[in-house]
Amino acid sequence: MSAGTLPAAAVPTDPKGAWRHRLADRGVDRTLWLLLPAVIFVVALFVYPFLYGLSLSFTPTKDAPGIFGNYAKFFADSYYRNTIWLTLRLAIPATLFNTLASVPFAYWMRGRFPGKRAVTTMLVVPITLGTVLTAEGLLNFLGNAGWLNRFLMLIHVTDTPLKLTYNYWGVFLSLILSGFPFAFLLILSYTSGIDPTLERAASTMGASTWQRFMRITLPLLAPGLATTFSLAFVMAFSVFPSALMLGNPQGEEHVIAIAAYEQAYTYYNYSYASAIAMIMGAVELLVIAAVQAIRRTFYIGTTGGKGA
Amino acid sequence: MTVAPAKEFSELRLDRVGRSFGEANALTDLSLTIKQGEFIALLGPSGCGKSTALNCLAGLLPLTHGSIWEDDRRIDTMRPEKRGFGMVFQNYALFPHMSVRKNVAFGLEMRKTPPAEIKERVAEAIELVHLEDQASKLPGQLSGGQQQRVAIARAVVLRPPLVLMDEPLSNLDAKLRLEMRTQIRRLHQALNLTTVYVTHDQEEALSLADRLVVLRLGKVQQIGTPRELYSQPANAFVADFMGYRNLLKAQVTAVEGKQVVADVSGIRVRATAMTDLKVGDATIVGVRPDDVLVAGPGTTSDGFLVEGLIEVVEYQGREVVTEVRLPNGLSLTLRTDEDLHAGSRVSVAAATGRTLAFADDNTVTRVPDLGVSAEAVAAGES
Repeated sequence: MSAGTLPAAAVPTDPKGAWRHRLADRGVDRTLWLLLPAVIFVVALFVYPFLYGLSLSFTPTKDAPGIFGNYAKFFADSYYRNTIWLTLRLAIPATLFNTLASVPFAYWMRGRFPGKRAVTTMLVVPITLGTVLTAEGLLNFLGNAGWLNRFLMLIHVTDTPLKLTYNYWGVFLSLILSGFPFAFLLILSYTSGIDPTLERAASTMGASTWQRFMRITLPLLAPGLATTFSLAFVMAFSVFPSALMLGNPQGEEHVIAIAAYEQAYTYYNYSYASAIAMIMGAVELLVIAAVQAIRRTFYIGTTGGKGA
Repeated sequence: MTVAPAKEFSELRLDRVGRSFGEANALTDLSLTIKQGEFIALLGPSGCGKSTALNCLAGLLPLTHGSIWEDDRRIDTMRPEKRGFGMVFQNYALFPHMSVRKNVAFGLEMRKTPPAEIKERVAEAIELVHLEDQASKLPGQLSGGQQQRVAIARAVVLRPPLVLMDEPLSNLDAKLRLEMRTQIRRLHQALNLTTVYVTHDQEEALSLADRLVVLRLGKVQQIGTPRELYSQPANAFVADFMGYRNLLKAQVTAVEGKQVVADVSGIRVRATAMTDLKVGDATIVGVRPDDVLVAGPGTTSDGFLVEGLIEVVEYQGREVVTEVRLPNGLSLTLRTDEDLHAGSRVSVAAATGRTLAFADDNTVTRVPDLGVSAEAVAAGES
């Protein structure tokens, strides 16, 4: 990505000029310097910390000798090894739900109608609140004496309060509350990118609403679903505040982010914490790779959209 | 679900069909009877309501007034998927994730046609538009003209009682447009498809259609065969659309039966009246560039005969299109195969039968450009 220090003026016949033409042919010219701030930013805030963490994770400690000591320790300890499963158990169902539940909403809202802005705002507000506030709200709402349980007991659906906090369901619901708007916004942009005349064409060819959705919209939406799932999954997999506040952080909701946190700030074992963070990243990459592999089997390309 | 069998009708009747969007009337009182096998073109500038009319026919837009009848069956309340009409969209609307073959088969699959029959009819339709070699490709891999043919194959494979085409050629380049025009006409003749075709191109409409419907601001201006519209436009707007490039504001000075004498800024013209005109009425005199003749010495003409200065000569192969500045400052466009040169003077004439007078309803606003050239003419005369 070297933009090169090129002479200000060059006659096409001299060798330097010819070289510059060849570079320009491959898309290398002075405008590439505009990338510099972004490159500095990425290196300083992403590449360097990542490499630092990676090297830290290979640093041996007293109880974890050898380069892969921290990794071996993680997989040998069932309490820690289990965090992968406990986190996946939360993140995958929540992400699936968020992605799939967004589809009917986005499909219904793809056109223009009065009040669209109000509905979108309502669906998106939870994003702006942040996870801690959401978790606190849910704690009050879902708790034993919360509104939900009081209401359910009032209408005699249940006689004892449902246990929805300090367990799996509390964290799960908080992941949905914070993850759904995100997934919805993404899916909405994908559905609006599909040329509406495709469905009208299908309808003149005899396809019912359901057939149009299944045969036209859904296949064109599939790549968008895969991307949305990947992004929403990464967010859900790093669940931390809501697991701490709404779950049982030392037991069933001992998620991988908590494991890394307690190693770093309870035991001050930075190299073990780094190794856990690396494992966390690796699991995320594996899931995304699987989703993208599935995605590759779908049609990827233009969806009509504007001016196609 | 089942689609109504694509049985043929003997006539399709639009009864005072209208569509409003809030206060705005996109289409008003369109009454038209389409006979089986007929090719109808809806012609007009953008915003004239022609696409609205087509969408109403297809069922993609509900009517706000009137009704549509397929023989004795009322169809304007049916959903588009129940009408069984074929439609070709302006942007083709091919399904981008399906191969050409799948695109063409889609409608048949929706109709639960047996697979063997689907295969046969799809192959037939693809052969009809000469896309055998492209059948397995995705639409994105095809050129504009090929996509256009897929869209047509997709519509005709259903053997629909009516095919609707919404400016299907407007996205193609000029050469391809001519080729496709011929193909569409040939398909229509071969399959005897009843067709409603929307276009803003008068040449396209004239060459394809059995009958034309000229629309302006949602209102029908004239319905007739190409010949009728071409030789007898009902008003100045239709005339403008039919290629009457010379439309000049004038005053009626005398009426003699079907003929009127009009004063076009000082030039006396005898024209055929297309509407009832009285002495003193404002009128628009129209004459086609082809009907303006270059007059040799000693020629007489019953319409008009006037000398002017040749300003612009456009070479067009067999003919030249020339703009002649008249002594009154107005300019006249004519098409001739004579060898004319800019800057020389020429006498031009037209017959009364080819010079038409319309009521001045302000639908055509051509401001005569009395610019530098008019002064040049004046200077040349003095």
